Amino acid sequence: MATQHSRSAARIMMAPAVTLLLGWMLVPLILTLYFSFADYRPLRGVFEPWIGFDNYVRFWNSSAFVESVITTLVLVGSVLVITVTLGILLAMLLNEPIWGQGIVRILVISPFFVMPTVSALVWKNMMMDPVNGVFSHVFRFFGASPHDWLVETPLLSIIIIVAWQWLPFATLILLTAIQSLDSEQLEAAEIDGAPPLKRFWFLILPHLGRAITIVVLIQTIFLLSIFAEIFVTTQGSFGTRTLAYLVFQRVLESQNVGLGSAGGIYAVILANIVAIFLMRIVGKNLDA
Amino acid sequence: MARAVTPRRKAFSTAAAWTIGLLLFFPILWTILTSFKTEAEAIASPPSFLFFDWTTENYGVVQERSNYMRFLWNSVIIAGGSTILGIIVAVPAAWSMAFVPSARTKDILLWMLSTKMLPAVGVLYPIYLIFIELGILDTRIGLVVVLMLINLPIIVWMLYTYFREIPGEILEAARMDGAALWQEITSVLAPMAVPGIASTLLLNFILAWNEAFWTLNLTAATAAPLTAFIASYSSPEGLFFAKLSAASTMAIAPILILGWFSQKQLVRGLTFGAVK
Amino acid sequence: MKLKHALYGATALTLVAGSAHADAHATTLTIATVNNGDMVRMQGLTDDFTAENPDITLEWVTLEENVLRQRVTQDIATNGGQFDVMTIGMYETPIWAAQGWLVPLDDLGEEYDAGDILPAMRAGLSYEDTLYAAPFYGESSMVMYRTDLFEEAGIEMPKQPTWEFIADAARQLTDKDAEQYGICLRGKAGWGENMAFITTVANSFGARWFDEDWNAQLDSPEWKEAVTFYNDLMTDAGPPGAATNGFNENLNLFQQGKCGMWIDATVAASFVTNPDDSTVADKVGFALAPNTGKGKNANWLWAWALGIPAGSDSPDAAKKFIAWATSKDYIEMVAEKEGWANVPPGARTSLYENPEYQKVPFAEMTLESINIADPGNPTVDDVPYVGIQYVAIPEWQGIGTTAGQEFSAMLAGQQSVDETLAKVQEMVNEEMEAAGYR
Repeated sequence: MATQHSRSAARIMMAPAVTLLLGWMLVPLILTLYFSFADYRPLRGVFEPWIGFDNYVRFWNSSAFVESVITTLVLVGSVLVITVTLGILLAMLLNEPIWGQGIVRILVISPFFVMPTVSALVWKNMMMDPVNGVFSHVFRFFGASPHDWLVETPLLSIIIIVAWQWLPFATLILLTAIQSLDSEQLEAAEIDGAPPLKRFWFLILPHLGRAITIVVLIQTIFLLSIFAEIFVTTQGSFGTRTLAYLVFQRVLESQNVGLGSAGGIYAVILANIVAIFLMRIVGKNLDA
Repeated sequence: MARAVTPRRKAFSTAAAWTIGLLLFFPILWTILTSFKTEAEAIASPPSFLFFDWTTENYGVVQERSNYMRFLWNSVIIAGGSTILGIIVAVPAAWSMAFVPSARTKDILLWMLSTKMLPAVGVLYPIYLIFIELGILDTRIGLVVVLMLINLPIIVWMLYTYFREIPGEILEAARMDGAALWQEITSVLAPMAVPGIASTLLLNFILAWNEAFWTLNLTAATAAPLTAFIASYSSPEGLFFAKLSAASTMAIAPILILGWFSQKQLVRGLTFGAVK
Repeated sequence: MKLKHALYGATALTLVAGSAHADAHATTLTIATVNNGDMVRMQGLTDDFTAENPDITLEWVTLEENVLRQRVTQDIATNGGQFDVMTIGMYETPIWAAQGWLVPLDDLGEEYDAGDILPAMRAGLSYEDTLYAAPFYGESSMVMYRTDLFEEAGIEMPKQPTWEFIADAARQLTDKDAEQYGICLRGKAGWGENMAFITTVANSFGARWFDEDWNAQLDSPEWKEAVTFYNDLMTDAGPPGAATNGFNENLNLFQQGKCGMWIDATVAASFVTNPDDSTVADKVGFALAPNTGKGKNANWLWAWALGIPAGSDSPDAAKKFIAWATSKDYIEMVAEKEGWANVPPGARTSLYENPEYQKVPFAEMTLESINIADPGNPTVDDVPYVGIQYVAIPEWQGIGTTAGQEFSAMLAGQQSVDETLAKVQEMVNEEMEAAGYR
């Protein structure tokens, strides 16, 4: 159907977006690559353009590297599992006829509007603070001694904060998907006496496949580069240092730009591995 | 064709949904409430929920310390500017992907998304140096461009999914009538695409508003948005819970209210082609 | 219609040109500063400065300490030129000055009286005998204790306590059921937080970070003794959640009356004795930081100072501002408006000679603490570095932060003293090797 004419027109129309993104990707990436092979430490006034793979070897061998990769994967994975599971349940609940649906939806969606810095601050100080946090008050009310969230269960705490931020997003996408499910089909199944669990497993879940993929894809992109939540709460202590945070420490705290850039390249590689993994699944689902 | 629902079931669902909704909203509610307490009441144990002496003095203190309106205005300009610029760049791209798809369309789309995986901390140095070179550190235009680039993949994707739902026959018909490409877009496509574009605008405005890494690192005073405003309250100085709450409330209130009023559009928009 | 457009265009152009024109005359100073009480107070008092200098406009960038450090370091290392005045400390000043990144401040004028700056502060903020940052306030650390609790327990605090005495007293004063803790100390990770404190403890136990060939010394018996002491003391007599308590958190606890003792910055004295904020304002006593009789006290030296980056467009206006903010007149202005106890302390000799200020209960102990601190000679054994609670090398920020996280994890009970020291030792050697010291 597309003519030669419309093809070239299409190409021209794509050009601005593609060029801009290509520039945005390549220029910093090439500079980062360049720095990653250099001994670049501005605070010492050192800049030696070529030291081979020293930075890569050093970053790889540093005790913090493997740990940070694992932390990253645990963080991203847990948040995904939590938001998708709770998101499905919540979406199904919101799909039921209830009184005050509009208001409930506003309540549920609200965390999504809160900027990450603020939500980290609020959770750290107002919720999880061992002395004045709401959780401590609740614990004390029930006679338990308060739990020091960010010290005793730091990674879990950050997972809770991040999951809270992203649950609305997952819920909304899943809700839209559920709403599009043919209700007659569901009713027919209900009348036929199919138990709820079966209805969920064979009717609802397959229908949600595509929506789940989208949630996973978009969230992974944002979660891999999570920063503010860690910076504000634990600053990477107690085993909450993700790869992105480790790179931040190398580049900005130690001001070892060469070493940090090598770390940045590792982060790009990790992101790409995750991406390829995801694209495989998503690509399949997007064809539908 | 409403489903028959027993009142009991409805009551049960209502109770469950409200409980969860309130739980999720609680941190925000608590922050807003605390912002109206005195510092002493903010740390009272056990805390009072509603029955305290409401005061607005914290807002006064925060305003005195930092010029809220300027931060707010910068946030509006930066988030708005980057979103509008993004739409202008993305509409043609999404249009051509949706209506003149080629074998590589999907690859391009996924490649665009993958540019978002570049870790920001890793490229801060290069970007900073480029910004110095171009003399656009601490300018709104610099941030508008960066945030536009960051969100561009999402914008393209969202628009693409909307455009794809517009039946191709309508375009065919218009083409038969001899409509030029531009007319095709303005008179045929645009009216159908407005809702989709509106929700794309909305989502990206929110994402840009909340972006906290680049906005903090590439600004000083002139272009600093609300994310920088909150950065001066992230560590306590003595008693500070109430002031922190006031600052937090001020930082999130505009976007929260915008979100509440436009949640229908947003919800409709958040499909990413997920609904078949 | 067209005319109207042209008119709009012309007006807009004039406006742009006009504002550009105005900019050429008025100077705007962008000042990066930290969000602590004294600095925020200064922002409130700047009308006094702008009234005298109507052609200078001040733009404040107030940030939390960690964010501030990251922002200004990034900007100065890349010569970004975003700031005209930066709030920096004793650690940054000599390192940046050596790179030629700071404007020398040797010409702030007769009236400024640079000779009046306390010698210890002056030394810490100079590079090759030239002042590169002017101290806004300075501090050492000392013991703050609750006179009422000590009296009740029948203990008397000597002017110069030993660590042994402090530990005994802390354990006696602890009553965890009543939320009464014998001692509050820093545990929050960060080179400016727990590492500042732990390093001073180590110094007083005779430990040091490096030997003269830059070999890390964390595996020495002195370090083990010092860290074990700190860890045990906090476990027995510290508040819950100590591993995340920094200066501000401890201040908060002390003001609420939950700590029997608190060893921290001398500037805290004015906050804990301020009846508006503190529930124990009239029950606080002061003593010198403890030692073990090896000749070094566990007290540090620090100053928050104002410096001008070499990339600033208006160094002259910036100098005017700094001369105003760190002057004797400024101190007097604060005294007039807020009382003597609230003036920025620790920067000028004349302040401590002022009979009005001598009436302030903590003035004498602050000065004495500052005077014993010697950044050039911080440890019992010789070291190749300068700095008491930090090591004045560019790599320290990275080392200190990582080490701080390990010590914080130790305090949280996640690892033992031996594990912690071994990890830190390995990490420090790794970093020093990367930096080319070894």
